[in-house]
Amino acid sequence: MEVQIDRKRAFATTGGRAFDPTRPTAVLIHGAGMDHTVWVLQTRYIAYHGRNVLAVDLPGHGRSEGPALLSVEEMADWVSQFLELMDISDAAVVGHSMGSLVAIELAARLPEIIKSTVLLSTAMPMAVSDDLLNAAKNNEHDAIDMITIWGHSRGAQLGGHRVPGLWMTGGAERLLEQAAKNVLYADLNACHTYQDGLQAASRIRCPVLLMVGKEDRMTSPRAARVLVDAIPGCTMEIIEECGHMMMIEEPDQVLDHIRAAF
Amino acid sequence: MLACRGEIFISQIVRNRCLDDHQRAVYGALDIKAGRMAKPNSPRFDTLSLHAGQHPDPVTGARAVPVYQTTSYVFQDVDHAASLFNLERAGHIYSRISNPTTSVLEERVTSLEGGVGAVCTASGQAALYLAIATILDAGHHIVSSGSIYGGSHNMFTHTLPRFGIETTFVNPRDPNAFKDAIRPETRLLFGETLGNPGLEILDIPAVSEIAHHAGVPLLVDSTFATPYLYRPFEWGADLVMHSATKFLGGHGVAIGGVVVDGGTFDWEASGKFPTLTEPYAGYHGLDFVEEFGPQAYIMRARAEGLRDFGACLSPANAFYILQGIETLPLRMARHVDNARQLVNFLDEHNSVAWVTYPELPSHPDYEVAKARFPKGCGAVFSFGIEGGREAGRKFIETLDVFSHLANLGDAKSLVLHPATTTHQQMSVDALVAAGISEDLVRISVGLEDPQDLIDDLDRALRASQR
Repeated sequence: MEVQIDRKRAFATTGGRAFDPTRPTAVLIHGAGMDHTVWVLQTRYIAYHGRNVLAVDLPGHGRSEGPALLSVEEMADWVSQFLELMDISDAAVVGHSMGSLVAIELAARLPEIIKSTVLLSTAMPMAVSDDLLNAAKNNEHDAIDMITIWGHSRGAQLGGHRVPGLWMTGGAERLLEQAAKNVLYADLNACHTYQDGLQAASRIRCPVLLMVGKEDRMTSPRAARVLVDAIPGCTMEIIEECGHMMMIEEPDQVLDHIRAAF
Repeated sequence: MLACRGEIFISQIVRNRCLDDHQRAVYGALDIKAGRMAKPNSPRFDTLSLHAGQHPDPVTGARAVPVYQTTSYVFQDVDHAASLFNLERAGHIYSRISNPTTSVLEERVTSLEGGVGAVCTASGQAALYLAIATILDAGHHIVSSGSIYGGSHNMFTHTLPRFGIETTFVNPRDPNAFKDAIRPETRLLFGETLGNPGLEILDIPAVSEIAHHAGVPLLVDSTFATPYLYRPFEWGADLVMHSATKFLGGHGVAIGGVVVDGGTFDWEASGKFPTLTEPYAGYHGLDFVEEFGPQAYIMRARAEGLRDFGACLSPANAFYILQGIETLPLRMARHVDNARQLVNFLDEHNSVAWVTYPELPSHPDYEVAKARFPKGCGAVFSFGIEGGREAGRKFIETLDVFSHLANLGDAKSLVLHPATTTHQQMSVDALVAAGISEDLVRISVGLEDPQDLIDDLDRALRASQR
């Protein structure tokens, strides 16, 4: 579905079902350089099981007009506008990687609307190495390679996609390649410069589930643990043999945890 | 691209040592346990040939890929069944649509080609048909190289027109001919990486650019090359198909095919492919591009093509082909090495009128081959025998080590006379256009001792001139 935010096209997939304002809504927010398609193994099920889905394309990603936003706070502003336009009053917010930072901001700001939060592959702070930032800044393919390789567990690099015949790292690489110039850098820099995450996290009052892959080489379980201490009522789930791209690597576990969250 | 990253990692290690535990390991891939950077290399070709798509069986520990000889899969409950049928969850339903053994093969070929996904089929011809039927409708048009496998030529010339799809054949060495043949209703450009049997090298960068300018994809049959010798996606192709019966399987024991999606073609921007960009009633209005992004094509190929046309690969054949792929790098290197020795021998033989192999300076694609096929131009080539058809008959019937049959890409050496076999349904004009003369003998070089092959050829050539 498309709406206009700041007179620009804003897109979210609804998982193959029409949006029903009477139902609770799962708001899914993708990570750096990606788009709504990373949630395909969760969105359709949720939409066909009594909930709305809004898997957004942040500005400059997928089908939403750019330019990409430059800070996590701006991204949260933009998603808030989307929720307001859709008149959403009962939502669970689910964010992956960069999207998890946006989810933290939203959950802190909108306690009346956000009833539960799921943070996937997160860390605080989400510092990005200079090498990755610089490669992204120069729009070098190296940045895509780094994310593709580090973003998957070692096992996933040999395959085993739950969807028969699909190749995990190939799909991730193509998706990142589709991003417009400078989008990946804008995203990574937004993660890198996000300063107020712990403060925002401490204001969250809804239940928060934190899911991290044991083999995540981008946002390791160790780097995520600080959030468990910062967020009241936060629980942490470590997914065995799973890397950063857990929605693809372990789609059913992610789906089942999202379902349990609301 | 990956080779020059060494210095980067060292600087990253130094920087990460200055951070506390919470700041570490974030978007920088520091391997904390080892105390050093994880090297950002993905598994390489030879490793993927052996491992891609498979992990040891979690229940039995089986190291080899198990043959899941089953038609169907037990659902956990009614909701699970419904969610599988509606593509809400991933998994296997029925072996016509997918099978765990076949899926390993699909992932393995995808990994070797550098694509996003694949669908295996009952044969190479089924792969070609599936690749076309996934995106073309009645009224659409294909521009194809004229130098292709005779069976593909037949499909384009005689069969697809019955379903309203026409084809214009062009010279594969002339990219402008592809351009000139494009019509408003054209939806696909097609060619073979190495043409059958003349080994014309398709100018994939140029032809793909023409295709993309017209808003259509380029599909290539890369059977002769295999991903070991050439990876068409890296040169601009959008879709790749193989007769897996040939070098991928490599042992002449199983018929199979595969379509691989590169995931690069922008179906949405083209606006010419409603099967991928508009709601599909066959799955409750599913829009494949919206839902699956770069994997839309291959998802539709399976969800519709295998479900409705049903030309699936059997799990037993998938297993046989997987066994072949495990040694693909080793076999292809030896195939090419043997082929080069035979080409050189025949090129200097008095009873041979001509030899067609792109590594010979006499071949029109000699320079292109040097640049794009550094590992060799495959192990299938053709030559003309002095004395015409009768000499050819004596030659083939005298061979001992070579087998006279209609296949290629076997571990054993094979020989064939295309004008009377694989390409016999083609008209005289089409044969001439495809460069197939009456004296043409096609050889598929196997893995035998090359001297035994040379001795066999020499003996048969002498016999042919008596």
